[in-house]
Amino acid sequence: MSSVKYLSLPLTKESMRDLRVGDMVRLSGEMLVFRDAGHKRLYQSILDGEQAFEYKGETIYFMGPCPARGNEAIGSAGPTTSCRMDKYTPYMLDHGLSAQIGKGKRSQESIDAFKRNGCVYFSAIGGAGAIYSKCITKAEVLYFEDLGTEAVRRITVKDFPVVVAIDSLGEDIYSK
Amino acid sequence: MIKISTEYIAEKVKRAIDKISCEVEPSCQAALQKAYEKEDGKTAKFALEVMLENIAIAKAEHRPVCQDTGMVVVFVEIGKEVILTGRLLQDAIDSAVKDAYVTLRKSVLDPVTRINTKTNTPSVVHTSIVEGEDVKVEIMLKGFGSENMSKVYLLNPAQGIEEAKRLIVDTVAQAASNPCPPVIIGVGLGGTLEKCALMSKHALFREIGSNNPVEHLDKLEKELLEQINSLGIGAQGFGGKTSALGVFIESYPTHISSLPVSINVLCHCSRAAKFVIDGRKEGEICLV
Repeated sequence: MSSVKYLSLPLTKESMRDLRVGDMVRLSGEMLVFRDAGHKRLYQSILDGEQAFEYKGETIYFMGPCPARGNEAIGSAGPTTSCRMDKYTPYMLDHGLSAQIGKGKRSQESIDAFKRNGCVYFSAIGGAGAIYSKCITKAEVLYFEDLGTEAVRRITVKDFPVVVAIDSLGEDIYSK
Repeated sequence: MIKISTEYIAEKVKRAIDKISCEVEPSCQAALQKAYEKEDGKTAKFALEVMLENIAIAKAEHRPVCQDTGMVVVFVEIGKEVILTGRLLQDAIDSAVKDAYVTLRKSVLDPVTRINTKTNTPSVVHTSIVEGEDVKVEIMLKGFGSENMSKVYLLNPAQGIEEAKRLIVDTVAQAASNPCPPVIIGVGLGGTLEKCALMSKHALFREIGSNNPVEHLDKLEKELLEQINSLGIGAQGFGGKTSALGVFIESYPTHISSLPVSINVLCHCSRAAKFVIDGRKEGEICLV
C-alpha cells in the first residue's frame, strides 16, 4: 500500500497533529492493553479516590488476547469494539491519555474529547487476530490479573498496522 | 435402534473447534476474496487485504483467526432411530469445549457477577429429533462484537413485510463498523419470540452464495443484500462496495397478531462447520 507512516510510541502531541483521518500507520513501541472489565475497575478506583494505575501519555489498545502457544509472546490479539469504552474515554483523554486503538465508531462525546485534547483514535483491523499476534514481541500482565484475558497488560509492538479513524481535528472516518 | 455415544460426538466437536478456530469457513473466505477484487475504496481494500492475509496466516500456522473465539453454539439433529449413550449430550459437549479452549480465549462468564467460568463453558446446545439413523451436528464459534448488534422485533401485522425489510437494513446500518463488516446476516421471520431468534441463528450456517430453496425468500434475500450493500459501509466500516457477504432467511408460520423479525449479525470471519455421524457405519448397532 502507498504512503504508510511509521511512528514510534509513546506518541507526542506533535506527531499526532500530523496525522489525518484515513492515514495508514505502522506503530512500534510500548502500549497498554485492556478492555471492558479493566476500564470499569480503573474508573471505579478513580471515583474511589485511589487510582489503580497511571495512563498519562499512553496509548491504550482495546484487546483481550488468546493464550500464547509455543514460544509466541501472546496469542491472537485483534481489537475489540471501542464504543463500549466510550463511557470512560472523555475523562481519560482529559486526564492525559494520548491515543486509543480499537475498532468501530465512537460516540460524539468521545470524538469531541479527541479533538479537544489533540488526540487520535486508531482503528485496527477487526478479526485480524493472527496478524496482530505476530506484531507483538513482548507481553506482560501489569494489573488485575484475576480478570484473565481482560487483565491490564503492557505489550511491545513492531510495525503494528492501524488506520487513523478520528484525527486531532475531530474528523471521523465513519461519518464520511 | 442404533447406539451412538455422546463421547464420540464430543470428540468430533473438540476436533471441529480446534480446526474452525483457525480456519474460516471456505465459502466465507471465497466471498471475501471476491469483495477484495471488486473493491476500489482505498482504505476498505487495505482492510480486506489484511483480513485475507490474516486468514491465510491463521490457517498456515494454526493460530486462532480472531482472538474472540466466541461462545460455542451447537445445533444437533438426532435421528429418531438413534439412542444416545454415555453422559448427557450437554455435559459431553461441554467437556469437549473445556478441553478445546485450553489454548483459546475463555470469554464466558456469569451475567450478574461477571465472574468468568474459565473454561468457556457452558456451550449453547440446541437439539431436535428428526427422521433417520444419523446425528447431524452444526457448530459455530460465535463472536460477540457482532452478536451485540443483533435485534429482535415483534411487529404488528399492519407494519407488514415492508417494515421488516426496513428494520433488517436499518440494523446493519446502525451496527455500521462495529460487527467487523462485511457481515453475514441471519434472519428469522415468524414463529414465536424464541423460535424467531433461533431461526436467525441457524440461518447463519447457510453456505455463502447458496440459493434459498423457497422462491419468495430467495428473492427477499437478494433484495436485502443489494440494499445493504448500497449502504456503502464497506470493510471495517471504512466505506466501500461490500457491506455484507450474504443474507439468509428462515421462516415459520406465526400468529395472526404478530410478525416476529429476528436479525442475527455475524462478522466477516465465519467459524462454522457441519458434520454427520452415520449411525449405520459409526454407531454401535444393537437390537432393542
